[in-house]
Amino acid sequence: MLVKESVQFFTHVPLWDFLTDTQWTPLFDDAHFGIMVLLSGTMTSSLVALSIAIPLGTIIAIYLSEFAPFSVREVAKPFLELLGGVPTIVYGYFALLFVTPILQWFYPALPGFNILSAGIVMGIMIIPYVSSISEDAMRAVPMALREGSYAMGATRFQTATRVVVPAAFSGLASAYILGISRAVGETMILAVAAGMQPNLSFNPLEPAATITAYIVQVALGDLPHGSVGYQTIFAAGLTLMLFTLLFNIAGHLLRKHYREAY
Amino acid sequence: MVAVPAQVAATAVLKAEVKGLNFYYGDFQALKRLNMPVYEKQVTALIGPSGCGKSTFLRSFNRMHDLYPGNRYEGEIRLHPDNVNVLAAGVDPIEVRMRISMVFQKPNPFPKSIYENVAYGLRVRGESRRVSLNEKVEEALRNAALWDEVKDRMDEPAFNLSGGQQQRLCIARALATDPEMLLFDEPTSALDPIATASIEELIHDLKQTVTIVIVTHNMQQAARVSDYTAYMYLGELIEYGVTDEIFIKPKKKQTEDYITGRFG
Amino acid sequence: MAYAKNLEEIRALIASHKRWDLLFACVGVVALMIGVLTFVALFADMAIKGVPRLDWDFFTSFPSRRAGQAGILSAWVGSCLVMLTTAFFAVPLGVAAGLYLEEYAPKNWVTDIIEINITNLAGVPSIVYGLLALGLFVYQFGFGQSILSAGLTLALLILPVVIVATREAIRAIPQGIREGAYALGATQWQVCKDHIIPYSSAGILTGVIIGMARAIGETAPIITIGALTFIAFLPPPPVKAEPPFVSFEWLTSPFTVMPIQMFNWTSRPEAAFLVNAAAAGFVLVLMTLAMNALAIYLRYRLRKRIKW
Repeated sequence: MLVKESVQFFTHVPLWDFLTDTQWTPLFDDAHFGIMVLLSGTMTSSLVALSIAIPLGTIIAIYLSEFAPFSVREVAKPFLELLGGVPTIVYGYFALLFVTPILQWFYPALPGFNILSAGIVMGIMIIPYVSSISEDAMRAVPMALREGSYAMGATRFQTATRVVVPAAFSGLASAYILGISRAVGETMILAVAAGMQPNLSFNPLEPAATITAYIVQVALGDLPHGSVGYQTIFAAGLTLMLFTLLFNIAGHLLRKHYREAY
Repeated sequence: MVAVPAQVAATAVLKAEVKGLNFYYGDFQALKRLNMPVYEKQVTALIGPSGCGKSTFLRSFNRMHDLYPGNRYEGEIRLHPDNVNVLAAGVDPIEVRMRISMVFQKPNPFPKSIYENVAYGLRVRGESRRVSLNEKVEEALRNAALWDEVKDRMDEPAFNLSGGQQQRLCIARALATDPEMLLFDEPTSALDPIATASIEELIHDLKQTVTIVIVTHNMQQAARVSDYTAYMYLGELIEYGVTDEIFIKPKKKQTEDYITGRFG
Repeated sequence: MAYAKNLEEIRALIASHKRWDLLFACVGVVALMIGVLTFVALFADMAIKGVPRLDWDFFTSFPSRRAGQAGILSAWVGSCLVMLTTAFFAVPLGVAAGLYLEEYAPKNWVTDIIEINITNLAGVPSIVYGLLALGLFVYQFGFGQSILSAGLTLALLILPVVIVATREAIRAIPQGIREGAYALGATQWQVCKDHIIPYSSAGILTGVIIGMARAIGETAPIITIGALTFIAFLPPPPVKAEPPFVSFEWLTSPFTVMPIQMFNWTSRPEAAFLVNAAAAGFVLVLMTLAMNALAIYLRYRLRKRIKW
């Protein structure tokens, strides 16, 4: 379905322009169709989000599987699941009306719509995905490996970083890939808090639109079925799908390469 | 060919005959050219060290191997009185299992009530009238020497029973459908000595009505419980005969070595 | 003696390692706290701003241009109807697929392809589902911008969740039970009907609840297929006074859902609308939390009840 509509789109707009045009204003009379604009938004926001989610998620996973006493783990796990279950629109609201004002307190020149606060909230939202899969991967590492490490006098931290994490690497890679996919595909947080201005820039302190937010924006309006504008969302969606597919395949290959058979 | 031992009683009736049985797990041949009689209303024991194929042999009788891909039979197991080959491709394994029941090594009661566990086999056969179900369930539980202990708690979950009781429940379940033959796959290896003794007593009583084949890794159990014994090693049937003979005067050295504990 | 001399060095080494250990433990707790605090802040913020707005009128009025009179009636009714449709499609399809894959499917490349597709489905961003639905359900099949399209879309979205939950629940059943049933002469379908499905139903239910909790909060796909944000009427009721007594008209009418309503209010600059948004958000979060909590509780009870 995506392919069909996109093909029609490309009969109107040459592919080269699509890839390199620096403006994205398909709904205006002077239409420009550079996808790079939207891509920059998606990439920036994902980067911000992942720079929070991956470190924190991994740390939490290591802590829960190697350090935390049983009672803490039993409470923390459901809690993290709840964190991941909050509807994204609520996170969007939170980013706009809670996080942005706090950030503006630190940095008053921050515009009301910006990628940073959306990215931060998105990162926190992704933490549960990363941490839960990473933790499962780490728990799957047999105790025998850990015992070997402890028997040599290693501390928990050393065992965790030198033995468990490398052994669980394929699972961790899956978790990261999942996090990336989630970040790239996230819609509502960005639609609400990052503004909808397509803006070719990698500066998180500015408002911008992502591929996903753009699709929403168009869908909110009324577009005649079959017009070029209608088809733009499919082209955008196709791009998104390709990226997601790429990441999934990368993840699959990584897993196969690093899988340790127990 | 293993000849029918001379000491077999004149009244022994053949219930089943194994002829030239070969069995393959994929490419691996687990059973080699087995020939053995099974006499009606007698207990036949299969003994041998781990990995000799006795469980594999037992599970061939009720075609449990059909549940998993890659398994292959050659040869015949003929069931009497109608002389049908249980292993034939044209014979429905479900039909075979309706005639031959099995009790497993680890008691596996269903997570249902005690009553429903025993009634399940009957329901599978289409019996649903409350009155006949009640009758048959009670009969089976009596035959399994469990009735007195559970008659007041038939609706309780089967998991509440002890290990030995659970195994007797599984036996009752297998008996409820009036099978012609009952297969026991190491039925007491997961049980304590007291429960083991009660099951052995049960087997002794049951053989008056049902033909029994039992696999056991415990030689003393075989000596206590069975009428005929077959000693297997690495997929082959080394010796078969009346139990007393095998244990007192085995004909083959291999058998003797195993029985006297030179290896195991 | 060489041993005594090294002992001091070893002790110093161990001490420094232990410091790292402790440091990391602290870092771990801090990281956890970040997650916890965010959640608490979010919840508290919504509660503080939104709870005062919650009253009977809020639940029973339609949205309006005047913030003080706006309510979420059309939104939560819409959400309920969409959830119903979603469950109607997702549960039978998902459970049947999971059962087939675990009990019936042969181990060949066709099965592998099916499994790969399901895993891929799980990774697709929700908005792409919306696009797919727009092209396929709304236009190609002609279901229009309706509850039916929304239900089908969301069903597709949570299908991987239901399938995975079903498979996990079925895999937890020990092989001994199946063998016991087969040994009594049961057919494959009898084993599934009498044993597999009943014993795995609690696990399946947990998965379904989690899937539904996700679906309730999904905004992007529903917007994409055209749910409107200002609906001041309810879809026609499913039960009518005249024959035929059951109507399916509600499936094809325009509608809105809770998350979209909240989105709409958040986008308005007036402060009063933001209060509405907080209230709606609070209700939404409460619903989602309740469903997730239910699923977690069920999973806990399930572990205690059936001891394999």
